[in-house]
Order: sequence, then C-alpha cells, then structure tokens
Amino acid sequence: MKLIFEQSHPGHKSQFLPASDVPAAALPEELARKSALDLPELTEGELARHYEALAQQVHGVNKGFYPLGSCTMKYNPRIDEDAAALPGFTGVHPLQSETTSRGCREVLRQAEERLTAVTGMDRMTFQPAAGAHGEYMGLLLIKAYHERRGDKNRTKVIVPDAAHGTNPASAAMCGYQVVSIPSDANGLVDLEKLREAAGPDTAALMLTNPNTVGLFDPNILEITRIVHEAGGLCYYDGANLNAVMGWARPGDMGFDVVHLNLHKTFATPHGGGGPGSGPVGCKAFLAGFLPGSALATGGEAPCQVRAFHGNFLVVVKALAYLDTLGGEGIREAAAQAVLNANYLMHLLRDGGYPMAFDHTCMHEFVITLEKLKHEKDVSALDVAKALLDHGMHPPTMYFPLIVHEALMVEPTETESKESLEAAAESYLEVLAEANENPADMHSRPLHTYVRRLDEVTAARSPIVKYEAPIA
Amino acid sequence: MGSYVPVTPEERRAMLERVGLPSVEALYADVPEGVLLKEPPVFTGGFSELEVRRHMERLAEQNRVFSTILRGAGAYDHYIPAIVRAIPAKEAFLTAYTPYQAEISQGLLQSIFEYQTMICRLTGMDVANASVYDGASAAAEACAMVRERRRTVTLVSACAHPDVIATIRTYCWGSNHEMRLIPEKDGVTDLDALRAALDDQVSGVYLASPNFLGGLEDVSAAAEICHAAGAKLIVGANPMALALFKTPGEAGADVCVGDGQPLGMPLSYGGPYVGFMAARAALMRKLPGRIVGQTTDVDGKRAFVLTLQAREQHIRREKAGSNICSNQALCALTAACYLGAVGPDGLREVARQCYDKAHYFAEKLASIGLPRREKGPFFHEFATECPGGPEKMLVALEERDILGGQPMGDGRVLWCVTEKAERKRLDEAVAVIREVTNL
Repeated sequence: MKLIFEQSHPGHKSQFLPASDVPAAALPEELARKSALDLPELTEGELARHYEALAQQVHGVNKGFYPLGSCTMKYNPRIDEDAAALPGFTGVHPLQSETTSRGCREVLRQAEERLTAVTGMDRMTFQPAAGAHGEYMGLLLIKAYHERRGDKNRTKVIVPDAAHGTNPASAAMCGYQVVSIPSDANGLVDLEKLREAAGPDTAALMLTNPNTVGLFDPNILEITRIVHEAGGLCYYDGANLNAVMGWARPGDMGFDVVHLNLHKTFATPHGGGGPGSGPVGCKAFLAGFLPGSALATGGEAPCQVRAFHGNFLVVVKALAYLDTLGGEGIREAAAQAVLNANYLMHLLRDGGYPMAFDHTCMHEFVITLEKLKHEKDVSALDVAKALLDHGMHPPTMYFPLIVHEALMVEPTETESKESLEAAAESYLEVLAEANENPADMHSRPLHTYVRRLDEVTAARSPIVKYEAPIA
Repeated sequence: MGSYVPVTPEERRAMLERVGLPSVEALYADVPEGVLLKEPPVFTGGFSELEVRRHMERLAEQNRVFSTILRGAGAYDHYIPAIVRAIPAKEAFLTAYTPYQAEISQGLLQSIFEYQTMICRLTGMDVANASVYDGASAAAEACAMVRERRRTVTLVSACAHPDVIATIRTYCWGSNHEMRLIPEKDGVTDLDALRAALDDQVSGVYLASPNFLGGLEDVSAAAEICHAAGAKLIVGANPMALALFKTPGEAGADVCVGDGQPLGMPLSYGGPYVGFMAARAALMRKLPGRIVGQTTDVDGKRAFVLTLQAREQHIRREKAGSNICSNQALCALTAACYLGAVGPDGLREVARQCYDKAHYFAEKLASIGLPRREKGPFFHEFATECPGGPEKMLVALEERDILGGQPMGDGRVLWCVTEKAERKRLDEAVAVIREVTNL
C-alpha cells in the first residue's frame, strides 16, 4: 500500500480557515524556519480514502476474536464514546476555574467513588496515562512514604518472576533494586522464598492477583502479611482485575496501593496502543502524596507524572461503563470472563492442547507448546501465526516467561459460548495441521495482507521514517 | 442495565456443567474467606443507555464551554477539521491493541510510520518514536534517555511550563538523580547562568521554545553552550510554532519533545493529548517506547513492524531505559491526520494567523495599559501586566463568554491567541478589559 507521502501532489489541499482578519505582524528573518515544511499534500477526499485503506488492514475488537492475554480485549461500548465526545467535556480548558469546570471535577469524583468501592481503596488519582505510568506513580507513593518516615534503607522491591515486564522496569525507574523471586511449581508465590526476601531493606512487593498464569493466589493474606511485617508495602498490579471485580478487592487482600487499567477492565478502547488510563488508588495513609498539577494548583506537586489531570476523556468513558454495569453488572462480567476462560480452556485441553497449570483458572489460562516444539519443531509462534489465517487475533505469545512456548489466552466476558466454540474449532484445526504437516507451519500465515516479516533486518538496519527516492 | 455479556442463564449452566463446576461461585474457590465478597460492592449504576446518556449530559452541562478562549499555558484551542475527528473514530483504529501481530496490523503500523516521519520533518530531527503520554512526560523521559554513567545531573530552564518542571523533578527524584533550575532573565533562559551551571556532571539541559511565557529562546546559542560542556540539549517545542520558526534540528538540539495536542486534539480538560519525541540518529537506540520500522515480508513486499524492541521493558525488564508500554497511539494518529489534512500550506496558515492575531492583541493590550514586561519575540502566547489584578477582569470576560488568560501568581496574566479568535472578539475583550481596569 502506498504511503501518504507517495500520494502527495503539490497544490492538493483543503480550505479550513477564513482569511486572516488582522494585519500581518513582522516576523524577523533570523527566527524563521529555513528548511522546507515537507508535509504531504492531499485533498480531504484523498486523505479519507488513504486512512480507510489503512483501517481495512487493522484487526479491531469488532473484527473478530481477540483473546490477547493480559490485555482484556472486551467490547468497547458506543455509548461510552458518545459520552466522551460531548462538547461539554471536549471543550473545557484544563485550567478553567472551579466554578466553570464543575462537571469535569464531578466526573473524576464519581469515578473515584465507584473505583475505590471496587478496589477497597480510600483515595485515587487519575493522572497516570497508562498502566505502566500507574505502576510508576504507585511506587513513587511508596518511595515518598518511606522517605517521609526517614526509612532510608528500604532499597529493594520484590517482584515474582512471573510478573509483567513493566513491574521490574517501574521499580528500576524509582531507583529500586529488583529482587526477583521464583514462582513455585503451581505458578504461585513461593512463601518460603518470599520470607527469605522480605526484610528491613524491603520497600515493597509488586504483585498481580490473579497472577499472569491466570491463578488466584490462595495465600494472598499470608503474602501481604509477610511483607507488612517486614515493614514493606504491598502494590497491586491491576492488569488482571477483570477476573475478580465485584468478587474480591485488593484492599481486602492487604494491598496498600493499586493501579487500574481503565482501557482493559473498564472497557475503554485501546486505540491501537493508547490512550489508556492508569488511575492509582491508595489507602488513606498514602493519600497525602497523591499528585496534582503544579500549574493548576499553583504550588509544588510532588509525585506529579504528567501535565494536568490525566487522560480525562478516558475516565469519562469508564464512568459511563460503570454507570451501565453497576455493582451487579461488574460482578456478572467478572464471573463470565472467568467462566469463558475455563470453558475455552476445557475445550482446548480436551482437544489436545497442554495447559501449563491444571487448575480452575481465572480470566485467562496459559498453554505450553514445549512438547510440540520438541517433537515436531512447531513453536508457539508458528501456532499463533497459523491462527491468523482463521481471522482471529492470536493469544499473547511467550509470556509469562516462566512457561516455555507459552500462549496466554484471555477470551473476556463479551464472547458468546458459540464464538468460543468456533474459536476452539480453529485452534484444534491448527493443532491437527501442526501434527500432520509440521513443516508447513513455518510458512503461516498464508492469507493475511502481508506474511511473516523480516524482523531481524528491521532491527539491524532500521528504517524508521520515509525518505523520498532521489529523482 | 447490562454487562455486554452475550450468554443466557441456560448457556451459562451448560458451560458450568462442561467445566465440571456446580456454580459460578465455585469459580472463586481459591479466594480465601474474608476476602471473597458475598455481595457486589454498592455504587450507583445499572442504568439503561438512555439514563447513562442523561447522566453524562447533565455532568457535561455543569461545565462552561467558552466561545472564545484566550488561554493556553499548555492546552491550545485550535480549529479541528471534521475529517480529523472522523478518521480516528473508525472502529478498527479505535479498538485495536498495540500492533504486536504485524500481519494483521499493517494499517496501524503504517500510520505510525507516517506519524514518525511527519514528526521528524516538523522538528528537523532524524528519528521519532511512536509517542509517549504527553509533553511533560516526554520531557522527563528525554532527560532520562540522555543520562550517562558519569553524567547524571539534569538542568531545567525555569522558563519551562510548571507542570513540565514538576514532572521532570519527579522523574529525577524517583531515579535518585539531581535536577537543578536555570533562572530566567528577561522572559527567557539566562544563558550566562546556564554556562556557569554546566559541568562534567551534567548530562542534559531542558528548555522550551516557545517557553512558558511564550518567548522564543535562542536555541542555537543554548545548543553551543551545552555542547561545549559535553551536555545534550533537549528542546520542548510547540508543533504549531515549528511551521514558522527555526526548528530544533536546525538550531542544533539533540532531542526535541513536546505535546502534540495542538495538532487536532480538543482541550478535553487536559487529556488525552500526545507526547512526541524525536532525536538525532545517534540517540535512536536510547529512545523509549515503541518505534515502527520498515522491512519486507517473505514475499518481498514492503511491510512495517514494531522494531528495536531490545530497548523495551518486556525484553529488558529492570534494565530497560523506561517502563512505557501503552502510549497515545490514537492521538498520534490524530496528529498525523491533522498534518495530512492541513498540509504544509495549511499548517503555515494556522501558525501565521496565531502569530498575527496574538501580536494584534498584544499591541491592543499594551495600548490600554497592559504591557508585556519583556521585549523579546514570541509566537502566540505572551504575559502582560494586569493593573488591579486579574480576578475582576477574568470574571468580566467570562460574562462575555470569553475565557481570559491564565493568572500567573505574580499579578501578570498569560494570554494565548489562536486562529480561532475573531478580530471582533479580540476588540470586544480589549473593551471589556479597558472598562474593568479603568474602574
């Protein structure tokens, strides 16, 4: 497909503005841009057609099954989009006075009220723009807390080896040394290892529960107790909250800080990689460290991680979603997400896919294709790529790192029984092909817009922008 | 009420039976007593779509939306062409995840590649990433990315946006690194103070041009001073200003960051916006976040893919330079749509009208006793004195449906004029201000 630059024609343009109604001001030559402003020139119609062509080569949630583990690709309701598009929200300047921005403040207040009820926290900030940003914020709160107490020796953050990559990366950005503890044979926190790791140098434990293999850790109260007794705080990575919302609250599990992913659990769209929203909830004793905007509040803003009040319109969408579901609705959604995952897990397991852990799962489960790789030289990647030909998005590949040849499947609650059965059929077809004609699997997919890419050359000799051919 | 669950109670029973469980509650057998909730949490909700719409409309109605906005300070009221709203609302773009599976995500990947190219061309830099959260976090990430083992101190111009300064301060405190402020002089960064503050510990210097006061900095001089001391210069830019003024690339900056909000994103009470980051080629592998690269598929067809992933958290974990994962992809797409829609002439026209109208308004304000304190050049923002203080004036403007400038805390007001401000409204604002300040 042609790039937008390859469709540019000098002189093609649209008229969006009236002519200026003020005299031209002098613009000193020495300040002026010297290089050409080399942007593409298209008419509005040409632009519309270009992006329609691009949109046709994107797999969105409404195009088909999207069981991308850990990403909670549920249906994104249209009413939420309509709410966020209201001019009464989009037209408000972030620095408007309190009296002229009451509605926006009320949105944040109501979202805080509902989400603290869901998480068992006391206060919440909506400033973080995404999950990783929320993790960072949460750790900053923990750092501020220890510093305020003069507890300077807490330099370590404990992270299970099954954790999302953002956990250790966030801890490192906060200047902490990461202590990785191995999971036990069941994929859960090894209590002995945790006891060994926790001590006077522990600043925090970062944990996802249910964890990344899709299991709820039954020892959760003991885990948070061990960390608290060592003087550390407990951080809850909310990436997997969809499994337990309305059923269990991180606050009741002993966590002090949580981040949520509104773009996962609360149905706001991912936008091809963002904008998300990663609000952070905390217990009352940490609330004093929550950030503001230095400009909006006219003062110091410790722990501020971006300008203004966060990805506000995303919060509007999540509030509309919470309005729709209510407490009963989120409980029903969570239970169905878990039931759907178990249902699909059974269909796949009985059809020959080996599971990494043989246990009732939460909202997601992990397949391990180690045996297939060993016996037939068909990898998790090969299976994922073959699934592309079935019109669906493959599961998350090679994560968590503790499972070899992993495929992590999260169907979400917005899939029907029928669509899960259809998906299972495709998975089983792929498995049958893998067993019968393993060599063919390396050439999949066959029917996508492009086929397997040369990623090695892309990384070794990067071409990261378009350069016009020299005429 | 609804939960968007497409499963009937009968189907649910059949599914439970298939997995061998007696009830939905049994799915939660691992949740310990005392943690498992017997009842769902109580909060208002469970409404029909019509009720939800009414609730959201009532909330939106509690805000005031001004027909004329003379306030910027990090959020700019530009005209957004209808097509720029329509394209990012397409379901495929809206609902997709990060394009991990390139074979079914070429449209997204190509759109990001095009965005990266446009950002490079706008800023005069060699490489750009796929976006970060906003301009402030982009600045903070840039300060981290230029840090070296022996050079760890960050210098920040006091003329930068207060939220940007606060964000950089947070990131530096977080990673246990020192940050120092370079004072202001005549509305711009004091370059003599900068020269004096540089030593062999300083890794990077951040300044914005236009700065928080609207003033254009001498970026070329700053770049020379920084480079002579072995430090990198990070320039915060307003993308609209780049259409008219010398680019950070031309001025010798090493990294250029900024907020892309002026390129088609509504004010939205502060977000979502988009942080852009561009750098010299030598810094490519230091850039945080996603980067899309061009390659070929097995059939030799041109294709695009997330690349240079060895920099990122999912591979390097605690050794990654940044933890960023999700970014602001749809906002980056919006910016690219905006630039594609207005084109080079259109962008220059928007920027030129901002410049002309701001200068027109500044002159009028000066003539009624609200002069600027500084003499230096500015783009579309400027700070003026405000005899009698800003409060009464702002209220009087609000009564005429005009959002006045941002009070600066020192008695001055920071104004912003964009292409949307009609001359007659600017004249009206001047008349109102004259009336109030003469009382």
